[in-house]
Amino acid sequence: MTPQQAMEMVQDALLQVAPEADLQAVPPDADFRDLLELDSLDFLAYVEILSEAGGRRIEEDDYPKVTTMAGATAFIIADRG
Amino acid sequence: MAEFRMPSLGADMETGTITEWLVKPGDTIAKGDPIAVIDTDKATIEVESFHSGVVTGLLVGLDQRVPVGTPLAVITEAAQPPSRTEPGPIATPPTPEAPPPATPSAGVPPSPVLSPLVRHLAAEQGVDLAAVPGTGPGGKVTRADVIRATPPAQGHPPRDGREAALAARLKASPLARRLASELGVDLATVTPTGRTGAIRAQDVRHAATGRTGTIHSQDVRRAATGPTPEPRPSPPDAAERRNGARQATMRQAIARAMSRSKREIPHYYLTQTTDMSTALAWLRDRNRDLPVSRRILPAAVLLKATALAASEVPELNGFWTDDRFVPGEAVHLGVAISLRGGGLIAPALHDAARLGLADLMAGMKDLVLRARGGRLRGTEMTEATITATNLGEQGVESVHGVIYPPQVALAGFGRITERPWAVNGLLGVRPLVTVTLAADHRATDGYTGARFLTAVDRLLNHPEEL
Repeated sequence: MTPQQAMEMVQDALLQVAPEADLQAVPPDADFRDLLELDSLDFLAYVEILSEAGGRRIEEDDYPKVTTMAGATAFIIADRG
Repeated sequence: MAEFRMPSLGADMETGTITEWLVKPGDTIAKGDPIAVIDTDKATIEVESFHSGVVTGLLVGLDQRVPVGTPLAVITEAAQPPSRTEPGPIATPPTPEAPPPATPSAGVPPSPVLSPLVRHLAAEQGVDLAAVPGTGPGGKVTRADVIRATPPAQGHPPRDGREAALAARLKASPLARRLASELGVDLATVTPTGRTGAIRAQDVRHAATGRTGTIHSQDVRRAATGPTPEPRPSPPDAAERRNGARQATMRQAIARAMSRSKREIPHYYLTQTTDMSTALAWLRDRNRDLPVSRRILPAAVLLKATALAASEVPELNGFWTDDRFVPGEAVHLGVAISLRGGGLIAPALHDAARLGLADLMAGMKDLVLRARGGRLRGTEMTEATITATNLGEQGVESVHGVIYPPQVALAGFGRITERPWAVNGLLGVRPLVTVTLAADHRATDGYTGARFLTAVDRLLNHPEEL
């Protein structure tokens, strides 16, 4: 998986949770939960979608790694080894 | 004969707009069946019928804003339940086809993994989800897929498929059907007078000449002039306009309810700090063994503790009406949900104290998704007996809420955050949450409120009791 594909996977997951979000306006290193006003339910839905799409369960301990688009992209790629 | 009137779906509702009828004249409905979709200033709500019988007339057209109490439909008690065959000597008129059980939407029920937003969009556009190829992860149908599958608006209004499906399961005699097609009458707009609620030939003739008094004039016109394309704007435009208008009316609705609350309710406030380390550790262990989709959030634990505490202190669970407190029959926990684009709504999670934590979590998920993107039910809007707000999600330390009348209490949770905390003479760092209670001093005194907060604290420290 290329970084581009991984980034698209993250963006797709975010757009499913917050369809009206303007992801261009979200810096890759910013915590998107604040910027997109996601609550814990939204974030769980995002984790669920990303776990499914990425093919590996995101543990609760991993949550801090996937709260930015750059972080989540890196997490997915790293997982692929 | 009974009239179905525009219900009051909360202290702040004055008017409502029917955006969709879920029944047609001739349908047999039972008490509690969804009958219409109503847009209020705050939400889209599916309302249930208070009566059983046959729908014999729809009195108000779509997109008309009417005051609470306006008659919307006429429901006539069925002479005989249509599902049972008459054992008597009278021959029942033959019904050409047995109607399938009435469901609000046509087509195969979509897979439950679809987001309600997608389902809502599909319903709005009249798209059959089962026929849509999914391009999302795991072949999931996404919003974009639904938009792609939406039939073009020109010439073919998207609602046609749905209306055809509805008409197909209306009961009508063969002659009535033939006549209807000859006269260009939409069977869905015809008031049936047949014994089992079936449409007879003479009903079609009545409709064609515009002599049915009970149907909204627009429908009659439509029936009389045949199925020409309606000048109504396509549903997405209408929905968008409604959402735009709702932004303004939402504030007015909140203003009305909150002004009334502060005018009438002498609030008192209590605060308690609770150590969440036991609850969070317990939750973490539990979630580790669960699929991601069934993980339980701390928010669900807070709601469950609130509901249980409310059942332990019933003086806080109910309504202040006519200068006295009326206890609630069960704990129907209002959950304050912030809406995207602004505004707030607090629908009820029914019987929350008796829901297991997993069911409560599922119920909360469902409620939030429907509040934001889909439909709430009328009972959810009116039956909350106490409300919880979890503004901690937005990062605040504590929230001193405004009670939603006629309720008498509101529990507020701040953000769970790590702070220094003394335990057994030692200072440690613990995840803490500030729990507040706003309560109506007419109904209770601070002593009762304190019992409630003590119960919440005890429950959160013994999560296995939840």
